[in-house]
Amino acid sequence: MRITSLIVPVFVLGVILYSLHKKIGVFDTFIAGAKENIAVCFDILPSLVALMLAVEMFKASGALSALTNLIEPITSIIGIPSECVPLALMRPVSGSGALSMLDSILSEYGADSFIGRVASVLMGSTETTLYTVAVYFGAVKIKKTRHALPSALVGDFTAFILSALAVRLFLGA
Amino acid sequence: MIDFILAGIIAVSCVYGFFNGGAEAVSNAVLTSGQTAVTLTLSILGAMATWGGVMKLAEKSGLTDRIARLISPIVSIIFRGLDKNSKAFKAIAMNITANLFGLGNAATPLGIEAMKELKAEENCEDTASRNMVLLTVINTSSIELIPSTVAALRLTYGSRSPMDILPCVLTVSVLSLTAAIVCAYAFDKIGRRKK
Repeated sequence: MRITSLIVPVFVLGVILYSLHKKIGVFDTFIAGAKENIAVCFDILPSLVALMLAVEMFKASGALSALTNLIEPITSIIGIPSECVPLALMRPVSGSGALSMLDSILSEYGADSFIGRVASVLMGSTETTLYTVAVYFGAVKIKKTRHALPSALVGDFTAFILSALAVRLFLGA
Repeated sequence: MIDFILAGIIAVSCVYGFFNGGAEAVSNAVLTSGQTAVTLTLSILGAMATWGGVMKLAEKSGLTDRIARLISPIVSIIFRGLDKNSKAFKAIAMNITANLFGLGNAATPLGIEAMKELKAEENCEDTASRNMVLLTVINTSSIELIPSTVAALRLTYGSRSPMDILPCVLTVSVLSLTAAIVCAYAFDKIGRRKK
C-alpha cells in the first residue's frame, strides 16, 4: 500500500470529524459545496467546447505530431517528452485549453505512462498564469505590472523542466 | 489574445490537414470535439462535486482559518516588511490557504481583496508594488495540496493509482514557486537600481 493512497481518505475523515466537532451542518454544507462545483463544471463547459475544437482539429490534422517531432531533438536533451510541449505552451494561456490537451494526452498514451504522468504533474503544479495576472492587476487598475509576468513565467518554465525529472525520481519511469 | 490563439490553431490545422491528406480527419474533429468536451466535463463532474463538498466543510468549519494562522510565519518571510496585523496580511494568508485547499471560488475574491488592501496601504497608483507582484506570482503557481481534477481525469483513463503523482506535484509546485519568488525579488532589485 502506498502512503499516497492514505492521504485522501484520512484528510476527508479529518475534515468531517472537525466539522462535526464545530457543529456545522455537515450534510447541508457538503451539498452546498458540491452544488457550487457542479455549477463551476458547467460554467467552464462552453470554453472547453471552444478549445477542444481547436485541440482536436490540431491533433486530427497531423500538425500536432509534426510539431512534437520537430521539437523532439531539443526536448530529448533536457529529458522532457516532446508530447508534453503543446500542453506546456497552452497551460499559462488557457485552463480549458490545457485541460483539453491533458485529456487528449491521457487518452492517447495512458494515464500511467511516462508521458501521461509528466503531463499530469505539469497540469497539477501550474496555473493559468496570463489570466491570473490579468484578473489580479485588472481588479485594482494597475497598469504597470512590472516583473510580475516574467517572474510567473520563470516559475512555469521551472515546473515544466522539473516535472519530467520528478516523475523519473519518484515513480522511476 | 485567446481569440488569436483559437483562430491561429484552427487555421494551422485546416491548412496542414488540407495539404497532408488529413482533411477528412479535421472535418470529423469539428463534429466530434464538442462531444469530447462534454465527456470530459462529465468524467470529472462527480469528483469535482465530491471535492467541492469536502472543501466547503473545511471552509465553513473554520479549518481553513486555522491553517491561515499556521502559515502566517511563512507569509511574513515571503512578504518582508508587511505588518502582520494589517488587513492585507490577513487577506494574503487566507488567499494562500484557499489555494492550498483548491478552493478556487474563494481564493480569487480573497486575492483581489488583498490586492486592494496592498494598493491602499502601499499607496501606489498604477504601478505594481513588490508585494503585489509576489501575491500575483503565488497565485499563478498552483499550490493546491491535492490536485483533484487531474486525479479524477487520470482515474477515468484507467490509472491504477491516480494519486501516485502527489509527491511529484508537491515537489514541483514548491520548487517552481520558489523559483518564481526568487525571480520576483531579483527583478525587483534590478528595477530599483535602474531608477
